[in-house]
Amino acid sequence: MAYLEVRGLRKSYRVRGGATPVLGGIDLTLDEGEFVAVVGYSGSGKTTLVSLIAGLIAPDAGEIRLDGAPVREPGPERGIVFQQYSLLPWLSARANVALAVDAVNPTLPAAERRRLTDELIALVNLTPAAWKRPRELSGGMRQRVAVARGLAMQPKLLLMDEPFSALDALTRAALQDELLRIWGERRTTVMLITNDVDEAILLADRIYPMTPGPDAVLGPAIEVGLPRPRQRRHMSLEPAYQKARQALVEFLRAGRNRLAPTAGHPRETRPRAPIP
Amino acid sequence: MRIDTYQKVILPLVGAVSVLVLWALVSATFAPDLPSPLRTWQESRRYVLDPFFKEGEMNQGMGRLAFYSLVRVGKGFALALAIGTPIGFLLGLSRRFHQSFDPIVQFMRPISPLAWLPLGLVIFQKSEPAAIFTIALCAMWPTVINTAVGVRSISQDYLNVGRVLKLSRTTTLRRIVIPATLPYVFTGYRLSLGLAWLVIVASEMLTGTPGVGGFLWQEYNSLVYSHIILSVLTIGAIGFVLDRLMGLVEARVRIN
Repeated sequence: MAYLEVRGLRKSYRVRGGATPVLGGIDLTLDEGEFVAVVGYSGSGKTTLVSLIAGLIAPDAGEIRLDGAPVREPGPERGIVFQQYSLLPWLSARANVALAVDAVNPTLPAAERRRLTDELIALVNLTPAAWKRPRELSGGMRQRVAVARGLAMQPKLLLMDEPFSALDALTRAALQDELLRIWGERRTTVMLITNDVDEAILLADRIYPMTPGPDAVLGPAIEVGLPRPRQRRHMSLEPAYQKARQALVEFLRAGRNRLAPTAGHPRETRPRAPIP
Repeated sequence: MRIDTYQKVILPLVGAVSVLVLWALVSATFAPDLPSPLRTWQESRRYVLDPFFKEGEMNQGMGRLAFYSLVRVGKGFALALAIGTPIGFLLGLSRRFHQSFDPIVQFMRPISPLAWLPLGLVIFQKSEPAAIFTIALCAMWPTVINTAVGVRSISQDYLNVGRVLKLSRTTTLRRIVIPATLPYVFTGYRLSLGLAWLVIVASEMLTGTPGVGGFLWQEYNSLVYSHIILSVLTIGAIGFVLDRLMGLVEARVRIN
């Protein structure tokens, strides 16, 4: 049995005059210590999937098990890095991390908790800015705090919901490299949600493509055959990279085209097979 | 001339002078009983220039009278916050409490201080506690309502952080709910202080206790109309300063 098991996960949101089926039966597995990415278009239900695994919302059907235990409510063993950072603005960067350290290690002596907090702040290279409030930090720095807080939960599984999507391209690349380094040091089990195919290939061991909603499902996982530790440079030239990228893009594009006629605005004109 | 001085000094002066001219015109034409600005100043000089003299219960310098009123307002305001803040949090936190007590709040909110005061006198038998009771009862609503709104508008993102960390109820309240609500609470406090100051005059007039409002009413009865204007100006000036001070506190909290 896999470390994280998601089986037949369904979720609809009630709207006026009916329900929008967002997830139409999601199956996925993660092994311990694995870095898995879920890639899909914006609005396909990726955040819903994260919220379900985090236990912040309840599924309509299906099952989630982490390390054998069914997921019913939120908990720090499924640490989360939110898309919109969700830092508490009245606390300093350090205090945001300390809140998680203190919550997860209530029995540890205060000095030890302080040391853990300092270590995490140093891990994400924030020591000089540790006492600043979130609004005094750049987007990239805020997301570092959020990553440190996620790690502070000492999670069995770290959920990352499009963590870098709000950042400019340069900052995003820098943070991806740092995440690569941090993951190399910690080997936390990570599930990364992203809409960036290259980000997924750079970071993940396996990638699940997600069909666009409604009724989104995951395609078969694609193995990224790139060795670790990885370097961004020259990686895009490697055959393994090209192979993974091609498989992903093909799946995602096929999913979009499948949907296009029902939307009424085909985005691509392609010859239709004659109806027999 | 710098634009700054122009906007911050000259223009407000234009407003003040216009009102003075209007006042002088009104007193010179159809309201001969209304003292002119000059006469008001002449008859009130002593109360302003020697603000702490005392020649009797009601014949005291403006500084003294204002001090009495401020102490009374301070007590009533403190009581309003002490009652209003927890009620506001309860209204915001508990659906059941909200359903039970929100109608009462909405019902009591528009009741005038003039209506509460006699009831306070009936309950407490003395004018001082009755005045404080009235101030508190009238001034607490903005605190109640702003606090409740503040609690209910806490971002779900912050609450989710607490849920993921499995913070206890008290820790969530202390570390997330209260800090997130604080800016709303202090806006409520500022509005409550304004109301408390508004109510003080009415309650002093009705109870005849020494203070700016009591003085105003007594001078009306003794036909010293210039002192009514003096009182009105004092009330306005103090109200303005109080609001600015609370505004500073509010801005500090809002830095979040």
